[in-house]
Amino acid sequence: MAVNQAKPIKDLGEVRKLIKEHKRNDFIFAAVGMFVIASLTITLVILFLDLFFDGYPRFGIDFFTSYPSRKAIQAGILSAWVGSSLVLLVTFLVAVPLGIAAGVYLEEYAKKNWLSDLIEINVSNLAGVPSIIYGLLALGLFVYSFDLGQSILTAGLTLALLMLPIVIVSTREAIRAIPVHIREAAFAVGATKWQVVLNHVIPYSYGGILTGVIIGMARAIGETAPVITIGALTFIAFLPPSPVGAEIPFVNFDWLESGFTVLPIQMFNWISRPQYEFHVNAAAVGAVIIILTAIMNGFAIKLRYNVRKKIKW
Amino acid sequence: MATKVMQDLVISPELAKNFRRNFTEKIIEFGLLFSAVFAVFITTAIVYVLVSEAIPFFQHVSIYEFLTDTVWTPNYSIKRYGILALISGTLTTTFIALLVAVPLGTITAIYLSEFASHKVRETIKPILELLVGVPTVVFGYFALMLVTPLLQKIYPDLTTFNMLGPGIVMGIMIVPYIASVSEDAMRAVPMAMREGAYAMGATRFQTAIKVIAPAATSGIVASYILAISRAVGETMIVAVAAGQQPNFTFNPVESAATITAYIVSVALGDLEHGGIGYQSIFAAGLTLLVMTLMLNILGHWVRKKYAERY
Repeated sequence: MAVNQAKPIKDLGEVRKLIKEHKRNDFIFAAVGMFVIASLTITLVILFLDLFFDGYPRFGIDFFTSYPSRKAIQAGILSAWVGSSLVLLVTFLVAVPLGIAAGVYLEEYAKKNWLSDLIEINVSNLAGVPSIIYGLLALGLFVYSFDLGQSILTAGLTLALLMLPIVIVSTREAIRAIPVHIREAAFAVGATKWQVVLNHVIPYSYGGILTGVIIGMARAIGETAPVITIGALTFIAFLPPSPVGAEIPFVNFDWLESGFTVLPIQMFNWISRPQYEFHVNAAAVGAVIIILTAIMNGFAIKLRYNVRKKIKW
Repeated sequence: MATKVMQDLVISPELAKNFRRNFTEKIIEFGLLFSAVFAVFITTAIVYVLVSEAIPFFQHVSIYEFLTDTVWTPNYSIKRYGILALISGTLTTTFIALLVAVPLGTITAIYLSEFASHKVRETIKPILELLVGVPTVVFGYFALMLVTPLLQKIYPDLTTFNMLGPGIVMGIMIVPYIASVSEDAMRAVPMAMREGAYAMGATRFQTAIKVIAPAATSGIVASYILAISRAVGETMIVAVAAGQQPNFTFNPVESAATITAYIVSVALGDLEHGGIGYQSIFAAGLTLLVMTLMLNILGHWVRKKYAERY
C-alpha cells in the first residue's frame, strides 16, 4: 500500500495532523454507519406503528369472528385466518418431511457424483426463483393438469414447494455441524446408516432444522403473489368443511378441495379498494400478519442463538 | 457366520435378519433419494409448464414483436404484446431500489463487519432478520399509504400510483440481503490481513476500504446481483403501489406495471384457460424466469471466478 509515498512527511506536526485526519474519517464513518442502522431500525418501528395506529379501530373480537363484508365496519377475517391455518397445515405436512429427507440424503448418503451435483445446483437455484413463478407453476400444473382447482390443497402444495429449499438448506447446515466421531461411535457399536441418522443425526440437529422450518412457515404466512396467481377468490364468506367430524372416522378431507382465502390476500383485497374504511381493515390485517411473522421469526432467531450457545462437541 | 451357513446349508436366522436389515436400508435410502430428486423435478416442472404454455402464445405473437414492441395492450381491441412496456417498469423500480439499497446495505455491512463490537452485531443482525421477515404485501401497504403521501408533500405532482415510492420501499426491503451476504464475505477475509494493515498504522476505515472491501469484492458484487434478482422478481410492493397499467416509461414519477404486477392483475380477473390472456402471463413469467436465472448464474460465476484464495 503506497499510501504516503507521494508526499514525503517533513515534520512531526504534519504527521500529527495526518493521524488526526484519519482518526476523524474513522469517527465519521462510524457515525454514518450507526446513522444508517438507526434509520433502518426506525423504519421498521414506523412500519409496525403505522399499521397498529391505522388498524387500531378494528381490533376486537368481532374482527376475528366475522366474514368479509361489503360494509367495511362489519367486515372481519374469520375466513382468512381459518384459510391460512388450513393452507399452512398442508404446507407443513408436505414440505417438512420432504425437505428433511432431501437434506439428510444430500449430507449423509449422497456420493460425490453428477446426480448429487445436479440436485445441489437445483436446490440453490430454486431458492432464487421469484415466488410468483411458483404461482404460475401451480396454475399450469396443479390447477389445470392435475385438476385440483383453486383449492386449499393447491395453495398448500404451492407454498410447500416455495418452502422446500429453506428446509433443505437449514437441515443440511444443522447436520453438517455434527462432528464425524458421533457417527463413527454409532457405527462402531453396529448401528446401520439409517439407525445412525434416526437416533443420532436428526435428534442432534433438531434445533437447527426447527429454526429453518419456523422461518419457512413465517414466510409462507405472508406469501401473497403465488396464491393470487393460482386464482384464489378474494371474497369468501364461508368456512371450509371441518377437518374433524362427529362421526367415524372422525376426520374428513373435503376441506382440501374447498375454496379459500388467506390473510395476505384479504389484506391485498382491502388495500385495492378506494374507500378509506377498507384501508383501516387492511392495516388491521397487516398488523395481525406482522405480529404472527415477527413472533415466529423472533422465536427462530432466539432458538438458533440458543442452539449455537448450547452445543459444544 | 459364513462357515456356519455352509455347514448347515440353511440360512441362519442371523443372516436372514441381516438380509432384511440391508433390504430396509436400501428402501429407506431410495426414499431419501426420491425426496432429493424432487428438487430437480420442481425445476423441470417450472420450465416445462412455462415453456409449454408460452409456445402457443408465440405462435400468435412473433418473438421479434414480443421483444421489440413497446406497447402491451392485451385487453384492448387492438391487442399488442410488447414486453418492453413491462420490462421498463421492472427495470425502473429495480434501479430505484438499488439506489437505496446498495449504499445503505454496503455501509451496514462494513459497519457490522469492521466497526461494531460483538454485542452490537448480535443486536443488529436479528433486527435485519426481522426486516427480511416482513411480508411484502405489508411493505406494499407501507409504500402506498405512507411513503407515497410523504413524497407527495415534497413533489406535489406525484400520482397516487408511481414507481418512486415502491422503488424506495423495495430498496429498504433488500438492504438486509446485501448487508448479510456482504458482511459474510468481509468476515471471511482472514484476520491476518487486518492485522497487517493495522500494523502499518492504518485506521479501521482505511483497513475496511483499502484492504477488506477489495479482498471481499466477489462476495459484495454477488450480493448486489442477488439483490437485483430479488427486486426484479418482487411482486406485491409494485402490484399494490406502482399501478397495474402497462406503460413504456423510465420516469419514476409515472405509474407503470412491472412483469410481476401484470401477472397479478391478469390472475385477479377471470382467467379463460387456454385463451391468449392466460398464455400471455406464462410468456411474461418465462421472461422473468430467464432474467432472474441469468442474474443467479452471473452471481454464482462472479463468486467462483473472482473469489480470493488465501
